[in-house]
Amino acid sequence: MEKSLVINPDKCTGCLQCELACSYENEGVFNPSKSRIKVFTFHQEGRFVPYTCTQCSDAWCQQACPVDAISLNPITGAKVVNDNNCVGCKVCTISCPFGTINYNHSTGKVIKCDLCDGDPKCVSACPTQAITYVDADQTGMEKMRQWATQTDNSPSTNA
Amino acid sequence: MHYIIVGAGPSGVIACETIRKMDQDAQISLVTGQIEPPYSRMAIPYFLEEKITQSGTYLRHDANYFSNNNIDIVSQLVTKVDTAQNNIVLANNETMAYDKLLIATGASAISPPIAGIDSCNVHNCWTLEDARNIADKAVSGSSVVLMGAGFIGCIILQSLLKRGVKLTVVEMGDRMVPRMMDDTAGGLLKSWCESKGITILTSQQVTAINETNNSDHALNVELKDAESLAADLVICATGVKSNITFLENSGIAVDQGIIVNEFLQTNIDNVYASGDVAQALDFSDQTKHVQAIQPTAVEHGRIAAINMVNDNKNIHQGSINMNILDTMGLISTSFGQWMGVPGGEQSILLDKDNYRYLNIQFKDDCLVGISSLGHTQHIGVVRGLIRGKVKLGIWKDRLMENPSRLMEAYLATSLSQV
Amino acid sequence: MSWAGKLLRVNLTTGEITTEALNEEWKNDYLGSRGLASKYLSEEIDPACDPLSPENKMIMATGPLTGTMAATGGRYVVVTKGPLTNCIACSNSGGFIGAEMKSAGWDMVIFEGKSPTPVYLYIENDHAELMAADDIWGTSVWNTDEWLHNKHQDPLLRIAAVGRPAENGCFYAGIVNDLHRAAGRSGVGTVMASKNLKAVAIRGTLGVGNLADPAGFMKAVNEGKAVLAENPVTGQGLPAYGTQVLMNVINEIGALPTNNMKEVQFDGAHAISGEAMHEPRKSDGRPNLTTNAACFGCTIACGRISTIDQGHFSVENKSKYWGNSGGLEYEAAWALGADNGVDDLDALTYVNFVCNEEGFDPITFGATVAAAMEMYEDGVLTKEQTGGIEFNFGNAVALTKAVEWVASGEGFGQDLALGSKRLCEKYGRPELSMTVKGQEFPAYDPRGIQGIGLNYATSNRGACHVRGYTVASEVLGIPEKTDPLTAEGKPGLVKAFQDATGAVDSAGLCLFTTFAWSLDNIAPQVEAACGGGWTAERLVEVGERIWNLERDFNLKAGITSADDTLPERLRTEAAKTGPAKGIVSKVEEMMPEYYELRGWSSDGVPTDETRKRLGLKD
Repeated sequence: MEKSLVINPDKCTGCLQCELACSYENEGVFNPSKSRIKVFTFHQEGRFVPYTCTQCSDAWCQQACPVDAISLNPITGAKVVNDNNCVGCKVCTISCPFGTINYNHSTGKVIKCDLCDGDPKCVSACPTQAITYVDADQTGMEKMRQWATQTDNSPSTNA
Repeated sequence: MHYIIVGAGPSGVIACETIRKMDQDAQISLVTGQIEPPYSRMAIPYFLEEKITQSGTYLRHDANYFSNNNIDIVSQLVTKVDTAQNNIVLANNETMAYDKLLIATGASAISPPIAGIDSCNVHNCWTLEDARNIADKAVSGSSVVLMGAGFIGCIILQSLLKRGVKLTVVEMGDRMVPRMMDDTAGGLLKSWCESKGITILTSQQVTAINETNNSDHALNVELKDAESLAADLVICATGVKSNITFLENSGIAVDQGIIVNEFLQTNIDNVYASGDVAQALDFSDQTKHVQAIQPTAVEHGRIAAINMVNDNKNIHQGSINMNILDTMGLISTSFGQWMGVPGGEQSILLDKDNYRYLNIQFKDDCLVGISSLGHTQHIGVVRGLIRGKVKLGIWKDRLMENPSRLMEAYLATSLSQV
Repeated sequence: MSWAGKLLRVNLTTGEITTEALNEEWKNDYLGSRGLASKYLSEEIDPACDPLSPENKMIMATGPLTGTMAATGGRYVVVTKGPLTNCIACSNSGGFIGAEMKSAGWDMVIFEGKSPTPVYLYIENDHAELMAADDIWGTSVWNTDEWLHNKHQDPLLRIAAVGRPAENGCFYAGIVNDLHRAAGRSGVGTVMASKNLKAVAIRGTLGVGNLADPAGFMKAVNEGKAVLAENPVTGQGLPAYGTQVLMNVINEIGALPTNNMKEVQFDGAHAISGEAMHEPRKSDGRPNLTTNAACFGCTIACGRISTIDQGHFSVENKSKYWGNSGGLEYEAAWALGADNGVDDLDALTYVNFVCNEEGFDPITFGATVAAAMEMYEDGVLTKEQTGGIEFNFGNAVALTKAVEWVASGEGFGQDLALGSKRLCEKYGRPELSMTVKGQEFPAYDPRGIQGIGLNYATSNRGACHVRGYTVASEVLGIPEKTDPLTAEGKPGLVKAFQDATGAVDSAGLCLFTTFAWSLDNIAPQVEAACGGGWTAERLVEVGERIWNLERDFNLKAGITSADDTLPERLRTEAAKTGPAKGIVSKVEEMMPEYYELRGWSSDGVPTDETRKRLGLKD
């Protein structure tokens, strides 16, 4: 069964442990600015919203990539950036309507969540279980898919 | 069912893949006039910069990718489409019959009609071959004149600079990248380029290019309102036009490009068009334009393919015109109606000293466009917000106060996370 | 290792900004943050200088664990000579700016001199620049925060700023970062404003790495996180109730100072407690508390995010206070509430919001209002002097007016901005100021908790609970329970807490971890991050060295053993109710033993032997 990240903002305290774990796993340093998952703070509402790629089936980033640098990991379902192929043209960053693939100025390439090969470090770092990695058919995933359809108002396809 | 896709750019390749995913048994032929494997124009600056080799520009990196997916690549230029007979004629005079045809022949660079434009040291910057020519001649210490400070011109500035050339840019318009930036952003970009040692001449025109006998510089570039420039190489990046000449007498309706309906279908039922050759619906103004941008090309390719297989089940609601441009580290973007709309409202942040700019445009409480300098993180949500026609409610007021809260606005409204 | 290895020196007088390598020897002796910054300050300024003169310096410093994944590794400190106390001041803050500074590649920023015009410091990694702050001078912290975010078009810019009271010379202005975290005590914000420095805005994208033993570090960090999660205080109490978990507890043991410490129990304690913050308000049906919130890297998340009922008198027609913001911590709830006899939770929340908005210390502010209320009730102050309103204990309206006056610097606000010591001296009642070395007490009565009284009396920054939080032992039984009413054994307990705290602060960690962690949990994290043999014993030694360094600074600043005491009230007026009924503070009884344990002479001066043992200068 394919698993997916399910995020429950109600439980998030905004501690950024997820960002620290993510950046450490991917960059070898503690650096929230290079994290693939980002926590957004809503001061006025008193709310923290962790946010990352939903590995959407449409994979706008993958389709838009002109140099075959984004591929599907068939085991996890993650869309993964291949640094060897990425030239840093950033077309994916404007194509992804969820804003979850980003340009990394330090490397000149783009970064996105790759589910850490099936062991997402943000999940193990989260002290409040606001981020979990569960079977994809659970309601959380459905909710995330709904977000996707809310954003993309074109009829969905199985293509 | 035999699908013929003409043109091996991103749009054609995505179309082939989409058809293959939907129909394992379909016969798919990808007909291309190029000698190279399908490659991407977006990668050319990085090839010029020598960050990648030629193979790094290829749309698909696995050498057997197309054969593995049972997609036949036919390396012939198409000279004619016979819609009555449902076949295409190739340069070698062979014909190929199709059940459904997708024309994704893209666009070509155009050159202004000025004396000397055909000189051997004048090149476009559009194809991989152009890039190879430029790479040969743009050597360290050489003087280069770049005609046109549009998107294509700007993305190669860094690679030219890195090659060590002395660069002068001549732009007809009154600012850089006039089709994706307003005065403010264009002006900032100009001073940015000048700070990097590039001479930028706006509201200026090349009137003639003369070959010289001068051993130092092969060319003398005459300008309309200024002293002429000595140059070793002139790069012409003044615009592109859709590749439609081979469609004469085909019965396929064309204007600037091939006119397509909401299914990306031409006036001929079993002929579709996509990408830079298609004059298709623009999401923002709901009129038909040739956008000639990569995201639109792949969106077209995918939707056209779905409609070819599924008999017009997927309505194209129009593509959002958008660009992201990295000019020697200064990253600019534009989306949708960045120039604003009648009766709309705008919110602007400008920090000249640090080359940061954000201009966002509303119609009622929906976002309709932005242009930016120095903003890259989560920028894709602009597409999401525009495309979803997301009602921003109180977030519109907050964005009017501080447009840089776009991501928060997106999470709060589009994803109902707050 | 784990230190960034360099500091920024900002000469505000000349505008010159330079980079220096961090002093290798000092960082091995003082670790970082509080310790290292105190060492730099001690070396660089005359402790006798006027704290608000250009001769004073102000240091913002991080520790080696700041910006790492170590739980609570987001702390930073401001070290300077404080105007409230004329002692060394070290105010510690969480939020996110400390980690951002480290991620930008800086262990510390040293500010010296005074800018000729208002400026703010903008740091983006290696780029540091002083920029004009004329447009934000004379405005609040919140306005400054918004202005800077707008100007730099960067929602993730981390900002620390001072508000109007700091500019106006209020003696207890703090430096507020991330809207509602603060280096709050001792008037460090007043020093900042005296240098014409309005704000520091930082964007760091380099990250923190360079760990001595990366695998060992992650192991130690994960073990530490597990201990915090399993501990009832850090795993349950603090996340649920914040520090406000203490309000009812401390009231029950008769150590909740009330009405300027005339009483030790407050009838309204429950109404302003952590529990009450969860209860739906009668007025609008919503609880005061919206959620808990964490500082950078903190897996405890004790922070409070609250709202005020929009119909509450304090915020009528003031929509800017209708959203969520930093809610009441225990010390603030006590100082604004119990100490003034005010039991209106929303009023306290409003006052707390304003303290954050304008950047001043709610403890000193609340305790100063308490002193004023007592003087008012005693007839020393008249209604004419208190802005034309009744200024009696229990008067929530008076409290909210007072906070507005201090914020704007108007009328009676100018008196209240003095702090209680100067205020009470001004009106001839110095004995009503509940301070040590000029700084007001926090929320634990030294009659009901004897050890904390000794800690207040000896704290190097004036009365302070977080210099040696013996409440953990005396009330909560951490690491082991001691009797709060006895003086016996307390000098040793106080010293142990003070020294350990110095090490925790200097590592860049939050003191609250020590409800669950001992130095045995912390040492492996420091060692894996820094390398070089960091054991619990060495951390204690660092803590002790810091304590003596600070003491030396204060001695040179003119402090004597006569200043190591508590106000007369606490030594002579016994607690009237509760378990401590009939008991006074035994601080004088404990002091000689404390001095001896510290290796100090009978007049409170470190002996040569002590200096030698700790490697301190003569």
